Amino acid sequence: MMESFTVLHALVAPLDRANVDTDQIIPKQFLKSIKRTGFGVNLFDAWRYLDAGQPAKSDAGRPLNPDFVLNQPRYQGASILLARKNFGCGSSREHAPWALAEYGFRALIAPSYADIFFNNCCKNGLLPVTLTEAEVDRLFHEVAAFPGFRLIVDLEKQTVATPDGSKVMRFDIDPFRKYCLVNGLDDIGLTLRHADKIRAFEERRRFEQPWLFG
Amino acid sequence: MIARTLYDKLWESHTVHVEEDGTTLLYIDRHLVHEVTSPQAFEGMKLARRKPWRVSANLAVADHNVPTTNRSGGIADPVSRLQVDTLDRNCEEHGIVEFRMNDARQGIVHVIGPEQGATLPGMTVVCGDSHTSTHGAFACLAFGIGTSEVEHVLSTQCLLAKKMKNMLVRIEGPLARGVTAKDIALAVIGRIGVAGGTGCTIEYAGGTVRSLTLEGRMTLCNMSIEAGARAGLVAVDEATLAYLKGRPFAPRGELWDRAVAHWRTLKSDPEAKFDREVAIDARSIKPQVTWGTSPEMVVTVDERVPDPDREKDAIRREGMERALTYMGLRPNTPMTDIRIDKVFIGSCTNSRIEDLRAAAAIVRGRRLASNVRLAMVVPGSGLVKAQAEHEGLDRVFKDAGFEWREPGCSMCLGMNADRLEPGERCASTSNRNFEGRQGTGGRTHLVSPEMAAAAAIAGHFVDVRRWR
Repeated sequence: MMESFTVLHALVAPLDRANVDTDQIIPKQFLKSIKRTGFGVNLFDAWRYLDAGQPAKSDAGRPLNPDFVLNQPRYQGASILLARKNFGCGSSREHAPWALAEYGFRALIAPSYADIFFNNCCKNGLLPVTLTEAEVDRLFHEVAAFPGFRLIVDLEKQTVATPDGSKVMRFDIDPFRKYCLVNGLDDIGLTLRHADKIRAFEERRRFEQPWLFG
Repeated sequence: MIARTLYDKLWESHTVHVEEDGTTLLYIDRHLVHEVTSPQAFEGMKLARRKPWRVSANLAVADHNVPTTNRSGGIADPVSRLQVDTLDRNCEEHGIVEFRMNDARQGIVHVIGPEQGATLPGMTVVCGDSHTSTHGAFACLAFGIGTSEVEHVLSTQCLLAKKMKNMLVRIEGPLARGVTAKDIALAVIGRIGVAGGTGCTIEYAGGTVRSLTLEGRMTLCNMSIEAGARAGLVAVDEATLAYLKGRPFAPRGELWDRAVAHWRTLKSDPEAKFDREVAIDARSIKPQVTWGTSPEMVVTVDERVPDPDREKDAIRREGMERALTYMGLRPNTPMTDIRIDKVFIGSCTNSRIEDLRAAAAIVRGRRLASNVRLAMVVPGSGLVKAQAEHEGLDRVFKDAGFEWREPGCSMCLGMNADRLEPGERCASTSNRNFEGRQGTGGRTHLVSPEMAAAAAIAGHFVDVRRWR
């Protein structure tokens, strides 16, 4: 079971660059782990720290890069990451959403995402919200202008709103994805409800194209 | 009957069930497994007390972490070793075929699949690796997945997916000497951008694509993900069949004939409609070199480093400035003035025998430039390496001062010991020039094998069209 996602009222942190790739989100040296946890401390490692991080070594006491946005005091505790287009491009590593979620993010807001990354987020209860470029652009200005800027992401209503309700933006999401996210459903369990159908399909395929089953 | 694209045909023939919103349960014929993205999937399966749905659909190999130097002592790095040992253990436990590190067939997962005939036309092929798009060169629907999806495929032999849009990239005309599939791929990305294919499956068609060998088509499909497309496709033709015939996992005898009859139908209908079409004149493609930290930051070798001052879009301009700072480059520098420190010939993009032959032809009888600290050739598989050695290519490279290594992903992403030091500049035949990709602070320029080889000899980028 993954954590269900309904409504999130949280501080927003901005990452103002386009085409952020998963190599930046979690650099390759940390992919050697055979666990699903322990990646949060190395999220954006090369931007976040001044020294080079090593796997299986403690990150305690590593010098933080004061210029990196997530290190600024005003963004501590943020659970919504505001990003630019094509966020999460590149490698298919699911370690990227694992790192984002473990760091504390529950939702992302961007004009677009890379396809594999988008999928991987949904499998981990991390909601990738897509808004228009203009809406995202305006949010970047507002986050910069107002310290403590928060937003309310409501998955059931499919809205992103300011806490005072003065601005409400709608977003789209596939009904099936929404259903899984809202209910925190393990989609392997859902798929196995169709086990008989899969078996029947497989048997027909084995008959028609036996060379695929060598 | 409605005219269908190759992608439509592949999608429909694998549809097991469709939810109301179009979310489709898609049957997976082939699952390729490697050590980095699978351990958590095997663990999840065990925790849920599930077993692999169809063991024979899986083929495993360790490629990301393996050393490319002498392997007789095993893997020195204990963290890498544990990951490879974990794959060995998981495969053993479930009876999954695995080519272990010292097996002659070991290599990069996207090289060995086709090499073994484990990738066949009409299949769905997935792997926890974004460059699974490579396999689309064989008219199969092949795409990268995350670890949760690896567990899903292991447990159910299916994936939940929404259908992508159809995009056609048609390339016509002859290629100039020294211009390769890699240059086509980079030129396409330069044209449509790194998100240009997002949400799409790209079919590559046209006379130029037909004239590429299967290895060239693999290079082209491999880079689809760098244009944002999870999958790339090329239709079946005689070259596809000739490549596959006699491969260990390919059908034989009467089954081969039946398979071929089916495979010949794997092409888009003439009247099929695409959601988006891009036409490229192959005559306009020159040798490409990336200058920045995204594959779309690419120019031709006879151009200069772009000037951010001429970019009107603010986000793009800032991105260019950041990339130039990272890359240590000044605007308007001729690309041929850029001197390099290291050369990497390898990766799932360009490590096959034809790549090595092409690079060796440039290098033969010459020596590395004095400023090149390290030039390495990392064959894509043990079989590619053996073939190259049989042809004497290893001697050509070694005589020129190159290091001749064992197969693996190596410095494409530097998960093993092969990586760039901070500030080092590399001519690389790999697929990503992201910040830190080849090593923290490393600077990557993506090029073809010929361009990398020529840069190794000259010490800076040169136009291979004029190489004598």
